[in-house]
Amino acid sequence: MSTQVPKEPETEEVETDPVVKSAQDRRIREKAERTARERVKTDEAPDLEGEDTRVIKVFRYDPEVPEKQEPRFDEFHVPFDKGMTVLDALMYARDTYDSSLTFRHSCRQAVCGSDALFVNGSQRLGCQTQLGDLDEPIRIEPLPHQDVVKDLVVDMQHFYEQMEAVDPFFDPDDLPADEMAEQAQTRANREKIKMSTRCIWCGACMSSCNIAAGNNDYLGPAAINKAYRFAMDEREGSDKKRERIEIIERENGVWRCQTQFSCTEVCPKDIPLTEHIQALKREAVKENLKFW
Amino acid sequence: MSQSFNRGLVEDFGRWREFSAGMWAWVFHKFTGWVLVGYLFTHIAVLSTALSGPAAYTNTITTLEGLLVVRVLEVGLLAVAVFHMLNGSRLLLVDLGVGLERQDVSFYASLILTGAIVVASVPTFMAGVSL
Ligand code: HEM
Ligand code: SF4
Ligand code: FES
Repeated sequence: MSTQVPKEPETEEVETDPVVKSAQDRRIREKAERTARERVKTDEAPDLEGEDTRVIKVFRYDPEVPEKQEPRFDEFHVPFDKGMTVLDALMYARDTYDSSLTFRHSCRQAVCGSDALFVNGSQRLGCQTQLGDLDEPIRIEPLPHQDVVKDLVVDMQHFYEQMEAVDPFFDPDDLPADEMAEQAQTRANREKIKMSTRCIWCGACMSSCNIAAGNNDYLGPAAINKAYRFAMDEREGSDKKRERIEIIERENGVWRCQTQFSCTEVCPKDIPLTEHIQALKREAVKENLKFW
Repeated sequence: MSQSFNRGLVEDFGRWREFSAGMWAWVFHKFTGWVLVGYLFTHIAVLSTALSGPAAYTNTITTLEGLLVVRVLEVGLLAVAVFHMLNGSRLLLVDLGVGLERQDVSFYASLILTGAIVVASVPTFMAGVSL
């Protein structure tokens, strides 16, 4: 399906129905009607007789549609091709059966981090997970421990706030005398932080963490990894590094990690998160010993 | 956003089948740690009977050891203590940042070693004390 849909001229919104109180009411009613129409459409599903199909069970919830206010699972039968991903299956289900099926995706190649889902009990990227590797029925749910906005879409706000909390930017304290001077890094140091730079902000790690689930203030693996990425960069200024270590060694920082390795297990970019958290714990201890 | 849905913590224990090595190690370590704390109290209570004289203490021990349940529980206690020690050493390595990419292997090794030691100890415990 092409995303290059030609823009239709915007139509003026005219209030014709006197019964309708507000535009919001009208939109909600229209949406409900649309959903009802789409339901009917499901009955004329394509004939998949004799085809190799897979069953996906997808979590559904929509606060604006009365029938979907109570969360439930919908089953979709999708034709299976070798190489097909969970995201492909979801897109097929949406395009064929129910256009109201909602999920985030963009790059389809594990780069944008928008389609972290809870598939068969573990956090994975839809676009990176082969349908063929999963046992049926394939359960697709929104990421646990985040509020569900609609279907598979969760509220990522808290995750982003935790990421911002560690000052995720480069700061060498002072600018170099020559503004155009290259701020080079040794190869060894680049290797040290290489994996930590790969984070795509998908939130899978945070969602898998048992500690983060019980303590909303815990920074979480991704944010700590982000702090590692800058604190371990030899070009970071020493003042900034001390400031950063102070942030991560607070009550809800690195010390909350109980080395369960769940985050490391689910990270789609294979970042050794626990290793980085442990390294920062030692770094925090070293930093404190300096003042003795 | 008008409204959102909080699914709570339900899936935490519901997904135990999906737990990986590190998560199991954590669960077992917490469990064994607290069992050991519990045992500490029992241990003090039993030893305290010695305050009423050697005979009372000997009597307590022979009575307890005469019970099969107690001997079975002792095997369990050994299992709990050995696992906690071995996995505790594993956690020490994890804290030092040693071999983190092989932490699952060291967890399985702790389990197997615990099993072996416990099995080897069964005859000794089942024989009980002869006084
Ligand atoms: C050689 C013996 C022992 C070793 C090597 C050891 C090691 C450890 C380590 C490394 C931890 C921290 C786990 C973490 O990072 O979360 C721990 C936790 C714990 N240990 Fe031990 N331990 C030993 C003996 C004991 C004994 C005798 C008791 C009971 C009296 C005990 C009770 C506990 C408890 C309750 C915890 C959990 C604390 C918590 O909730 O965080 N341990 N042990
Ligand atoms: S660390 Fe890994 S799992 Fe966590 S947000 Fe980044 S890419 Fe996703
Ligand atoms: S769609 Fe971009 S990461 Fe999956």
